[in-house]
Order: sequence, then C-alpha cells, then structure tokens
Amino acid sequence: MKLKINLGAISEPLQSENFKTGDWGTEWAQVDKEKCTACRICEQFCPEGCIEVKELGDEKFAVVDYNYCKGCGVCASVCPQEAIKMETKEIFKFDAY
Amino acid sequence: MPTEVVWMMKVVRGFYSVAHAVKLCRPNVICAYPITPQTEIVENIAEMYANGEFENCRYITAESEFAAASILVGASAAGARTFTATCSQGLILMSEVLFNAAGMRLPIVLVNTNRALSAPLSIWNDLQDSMALRDAGIIQLYVENNQEAHDAIPQAYKIAENRKVLLPFMVCMDGFKLTHAYEPVDLLDQSLVDNFLPPYKPEAYLTTKKPLAFGCYAPPHVYMEFRVAMQNAMERAKSVMRDVFREWAEVSGRNWGGHLEVVHPDAKFFVVSMGSIVGLLRKVVEELRKEGIDVGLIKLRTFRPFPAEDLRKELSSAEKIIVLDRSISLGYEGNLSIELKSALYGFSAEIISMVIGLGGRDIPKEFLKDLIKNAILGKEGSGFKGVKEFEEVIP
Repeated sequence: MKLKINLGAISEPLQSENFKTGDWGTEWAQVDKEKCTACRICEQFCPEGCIEVKELGDEKFAVVDYNYCKGCGVCASVCPQEAIKMETKEIFKFDAY
Repeated sequence: MPTEVVWMMKVVRGFYSVAHAVKLCRPNVICAYPITPQTEIVENIAEMYANGEFENCRYITAESEFAAASILVGASAAGARTFTATCSQGLILMSEVLFNAAGMRLPIVLVNTNRALSAPLSIWNDLQDSMALRDAGIIQLYVENNQEAHDAIPQAYKIAENRKVLLPFMVCMDGFKLTHAYEPVDLLDQSLVDNFLPPYKPEAYLTTKKPLAFGCYAPPHVYMEFRVAMQNAMERAKSVMRDVFREWAEVSGRNWGGHLEVVHPDAKFFVVSMGSIVGLLRKVVEELRKEGIDVGLIKLRTFRPFPAEDLRKELSSAEKIIVLDRSISLGYEGNLSIELKSALYGFSAEIISMVIGLGGRDIPKEFLKDLIKNAILGKEGSGFKGVKEFEEVIP
C-alpha cells in the first residue's frame, strides 16, 4: 500500500497522540501515592500535560502517563511533599568500571 | 509581440516598481521590517496602504524580520496571499522561518534586495544573502532591471500558488543598483494583472470550522518522503515557470525568456551571470564581438530550481565558459560556478570561475571587458578579480 503524506505536513487535530514519545527520556517519574496529597501542583507545571491527579477507588493521587512522559523532572522538583522521584530506566542502568 | 499592448512608461525607482506590482496582485497580508536597501519598497507599500489603495488587506509592522516571516507563515496558512521584502541580515534572520514556510508549502512571495552579509558590516550589493538560502526549498528568480522586477511579482504569485508547486518564491533584485535606480518602467494596470492572476484559493487552510496544524512532526520513517515531495514540487516548478513566463510574454508584450536568456547562442565562448550585471555584460559582449571575439552571453534567471538541462543544451558546443559570480561559498568558489560545473559534468568546455563585485565593489565596463577578453585569450584564470594586494595585521 502506498504511504500517504499530507501536503506541507498538514495534520488534523489530535494526530500527535499517535506519536508516543514516552521512550525518549532516560528517567521517569515515580509517584509515592502515600505521600501525594493530590494538590495538583505537578499537573500545572508538567510541560507535556502528562501527569494528572486521578481518583482510583477511595484514593486520590497523581498518575503519570508514561506514553508521553519524557522524564524532565519538573514534577519532582515542584512537588511540595517530595512525593515524586525520578528513576533511571532499567535500560539506562549500567555498572561503572 | 501582440500589437494591442500599449506600454505606459514612467520613470520610477526600483522600489516603486515593486510596490506598484505588489499592489496590483491584491495581497491580503503584508508584513515587513525595514532594512537598507529594501526600505522604500515597504515604505511605498505602507503609504499606498495608508491611502486606502489596498482592499481586503492588512499591513502589519513587525518587530524583526523573524517576526515578519513568522506572521506571514500564519497568514499564508490561513489562506492569505502574502508579501514581504528584506535582504542581507534580515533575510538570514528570516531563514529559520522560511525553511519552515517551504516545508509547510506556503506560497509566500518575497523580494530580496540583494546585499552583502556581515561581518564586516556592508549595506552594499552582492548576492551572498540569497545564496545562503539556496537549500531552503524557495524558488529564486534573479532580475536584470526594474521592469523585470515589476513583471516578476505577478508571475511569482502565479507560479508559487500553482497546486503543482506551492513553494515560497523569492524575487532577487540587486540592492542600490536596481532598488535606488530611476528607470523607465511600464507600470501595469489592474485589469491586466486581474486577468492574469486569479485569487489565491488554497485547498487546506487554517479555520475554526476545520482545525488543522501545519508542518507537523515527522519521525524518521516518514520525514524523508516530505523532502522528496518538496524536491518533486521544485522539479514541477520548472515547467510551470516556463508556461507562466510564456503567458506573461503574451499578455504584457515583454518576453524575458525562460529560465535562461541566451544572447548569440552559436558563440564559441560564453559569459554566464545573473542579476543587474547582465545589463552591462550585454554591452561588453557586443563590443568584444566587434573586435572579432566570438562571445555569447547567458543570463541565468532561475537559480532554484536550477535549470541544468537548459544550460547543458545551450552550452553543449561551448569551448570556454566564464562564470561571473558576485558571491562565494567560502572554502570553495563562486556559487554559480559550483552549480554550473555540476550541471555541465562530463563536458569538455573549460570553465573559468571569477568572483567580482563583493560588497558593492565597483565593476567598471572596461574592467569587465578586459577580464573576459583575457580569459578567452588564456591570460586570465579563475579567482577573485579586482582585489587589492593586502596583508592581514593585528591592530
């Protein structure tokens, strides 16, 4: 089948959702839901809009969308409860000589 | 030439000839930042705008050339016919945006009043600025005089907006040598341009009714295809341009030739150049022919897309070709020479590459005549010409 490309790389809304960018970063954000107070500060600061406070059952805490999180660490640095830690992904861990 | 075409010649400066032609093309958004020697083009347009001579048009003053080009990208994507003019530092400040405009396939028309690049600061003329945009995906047409600059504007819109092309179009006219020069110009009337140039009707454009995004992200599995599509558009532009040039000759009674204009096509030796210097070269070539030197002249009009096939055809039996460049790819040689040598690969003709007139260095007729004569006689080789002996010292 022939590849179809739009003239001028013009695209319709929300097409960018198809491009998962979560594998770009070397770290990812891990939320400690015991410490998280669901204050939503991380939500406001995330440049990718991919951390969101959700209610799961009777718990309410920040959830990271790993499809798009690039591991910039902004959420971890603004969290007043220090509930978010940046962890190096397994594939980037190696032993130093 | 159709006899019913009546020319009404008026003596105007290059600035005005461009401004008048832009007005007749009915642009919807004009946005510019002033820079010598472009300033009076946009001043003239601003004055016409202030006098209410533009219909359905917005003139936006920008805080920089980068902003001017950015505003036009938005306007063009929204379906507006757009115009800007700039040169030199202004053009290279626009360059980031202009590469994008080409990729988004926006038919923005701009006039570049060719000027040298800094440093050292020079406001005078050479072709270095537009050469820096060679690889941007922008059509480049070089004009010889102010009538050709005037005529180039409606043609530029017609070519750029053609569905087969859809690329930005840059009309390159020499700063000062043309912009500031008074010349008799046949200023067209509105009905001629209206009949020649239909309104711009893009098939896809920004509107709240159907949201779109232009120039989106392309990962490695698809990026290359977009660049190939641009190259295909450039290739198609060659034939679209020929058709439009021909049509223009019919409606205006002025035939500027195709991608090239060849004077004395059967000559043994050829001089190749572009821009306003061609006017002087015409005279030099005639004088040399009177002295019995069989020399012809090629005026290159279209630099991008590069008309390699046309050049191969016209220069197939040339013995010696002298290329006069007014720009240099530092670390190699004159830009036009590089292109011409590549186009003529496999030919036996000797190509002499001369770089002259940088930063407005004067090019007197006798100097030019001696250069060409001596090159033909084998007494002058490639390199910079008209340069003083100098030594670089630490102050």
